[in-house]
Amino acid sequence: MENLGLIFAPLFSYKLLIVLFFGTIFGLILGVLPGLGPTTGGALILPFTMTLDPLSAIVLLTAIYCAGTYGGAITAILINTPGTPAAAATCLDGYPLAQKGEAGRALGMATVSSVIGGIASVIVLIFFAPLLANLAYEFGQPEYFALAIFGLTMLASIGEGSPIKNLIAGAFGILISTVGKDFMTSIDRFTFGINELTEGIGFIPVVVGLFAISEMLTQSTLINQIFNRVALKAVKLPSIDDYKKTWKTIIRSSGIGSFIGVLPAEGGTVASLIGYAEAKRWSKKPEDFGKGSIEGIAGAEAANNAATGGAMVPTLALGIPGSATTAVILTGLIIHGVRPGPDLFREQPEFLYGIFGSMLIANILFFVLGFFGAKIFARITLVPNKLLWPMIFAVSVCGTYSLNQSIIDVWLMLLFGVIGFFMRRYGFSVVPVIIGLILGELVEGTLRQSLVIFDGNWLMFLQRPIALTFFVLSLIALSFPLIKRKK
Amino acid sequence: MNDVHNEKGTNKSLSLFFKSSFIVSAVIIVISSILLYFTFTFDIVPPILNRGIQPATFPKALLILIITLTLLTYFISLKKPWKSEKKLPNSFYITLLSFVVFITVSKFLDFFLGIALLSIIVSYFWGERRVAYLIIVSIIFPLIVFVFFETILGLRFPPGIITNLYYG
Repeated sequence: MENLGLIFAPLFSYKLLIVLFFGTIFGLILGVLPGLGPTTGGALILPFTMTLDPLSAIVLLTAIYCAGTYGGAITAILINTPGTPAAAATCLDGYPLAQKGEAGRALGMATVSSVIGGIASVIVLIFFAPLLANLAYEFGQPEYFALAIFGLTMLASIGEGSPIKNLIAGAFGILISTVGKDFMTSIDRFTFGINELTEGIGFIPVVVGLFAISEMLTQSTLINQIFNRVALKAVKLPSIDDYKKTWKTIIRSSGIGSFIGVLPAEGGTVASLIGYAEAKRWSKKPEDFGKGSIEGIAGAEAANNAATGGAMVPTLALGIPGSATTAVILTGLIIHGVRPGPDLFREQPEFLYGIFGSMLIANILFFVLGFFGAKIFARITLVPNKLLWPMIFAVSVCGTYSLNQSIIDVWLMLLFGVIGFFMRRYGFSVVPVIIGLILGELVEGTLRQSLVIFDGNWLMFLQRPIALTFFVLSLIALSFPLIKRKK
Repeated sequence: MNDVHNEKGTNKSLSLFFKSSFIVSAVIIVISSILLYFTFTFDIVPPILNRGIQPATFPKALLILIITLTLLTYFISLKKPWKSEKKLPNSFYITLLSFVVFITVSKFLDFFLGIALLSIIVSYFWGERRVAYLIIVSIIFPLIVFVFFETILGLRFPPGIITNLYYG
């Protein structure tokens, strides 16, 4: 806690402030454009971060994360299409309210509740991440293995869609991580004689393929789709009456979002759906939901932005991403030579608290930019897909090629784009693939090292209390969908 | 795929094989089985050097898990069928074909030319007919991206008929 003062350090660095400013603008643009979003945008910008120092690079990515999550609400409210999956619940009441001629009021409430949710979650991050990191000192290889398994089962059980399909997708992600030379024995696995594959499949081709290219293919099936835009005059701050109606909802959703964010899952998407459902359950006027309820907007938006700080907790404290975007941030950390985990808190507090402070500033920045610039950002959606997606393709190809200067990476990106398209078409979420890929090395590495420690005796896992707790929690997580279905 | 299922004259027992759940499950299982076969070709570490499990054990376990879960998904789909999907439009296949064009051109002719060709194909077949916009999308924008990556990141793009002109 003695490091709390470091939170304000970014305020005194003009370089970080510039990075934050551009990161927030870029995040808002990505959030506004349907089909893009902070995950794809973060992956595309990763190569550019190599020109920055580690702190600036991560600050840029986190600013994109915070602003991008909010930006999705602008499109959700004005054209009834969520800019990001996390804004899907915002459409339910945002668009009907905008149709009643109150687009400014809807956007005002979305902006205010997003900022409150975002700031609340950064406070959770500041206090909870160091505690979790301290706890992680007790973790050995078996505990990390059990924790990674718990993360994957949680992802399957509370993520969107079918839990079994999520598990298949997660296992597929881990399988991708096994491609290349085995790290313990240097034996080639699934390389098929291709030299470039001996180093394994990189994170960027998979992420850009699964998100950007698969979305391009999805958009190719929707070229005749017509959006009904609602005109926006100006964003209005919520009235006293609106605050009275929504303050409890905002606080509740901020708590829900922060908690869901900490769990390894689809972060904001799940958080906003739960936040929205809870807002409806506790509302005095649940019948207004779906017809332009201001509480519905507040519930969804506070929750999805609160998930951003929450998802950063396991990412920084344990090196386990809480969402797809934090998986990109985790990759950014690793590329820049920063290893997340308890040692990071002890050895580089200025780095961590710089990130915390930057997230706070990013929330304030997107409030200002969103409030005064929503009208301009909304105009970005006027760029037709027939022009936008070829441009995104050009950036995707060059960005993917740039990290290893490998044409194989570009082809892999296209392959994963096609795989991602069909996965989404048949109800498989692509997020577990990303998390599985990130956790794959940890899962296999800790399993094999644990078995060395245990001399091959699997039952020894059960003699480690922390590992056993995580295994029990994993079983509960797996049985949760069954219990839910029976109810 | 369910459109096929409803086709006139289709035998009911045969229609099972045209369901998307069956096709998707079959594709996953066949690919996983092929990969599982490959895991048996991985080198084996001699017992004296082996620490823990063999390098093939973990991928094998994952593939068996994927096959088992896929079978489970398929049997669940018999009771609770998957949502039917609309037939894919021509624009999808053209976009997919443009990827093949990109790969071929970037491999044998030029990386930049590959991007330009893909951009023009996608933009045109998605409905853009204005020549100025087609030029912006297929030449000017990729050129800006190319120069940006080359100068800011010091990136060297693969050689090709156009790229060689740039590098002199």
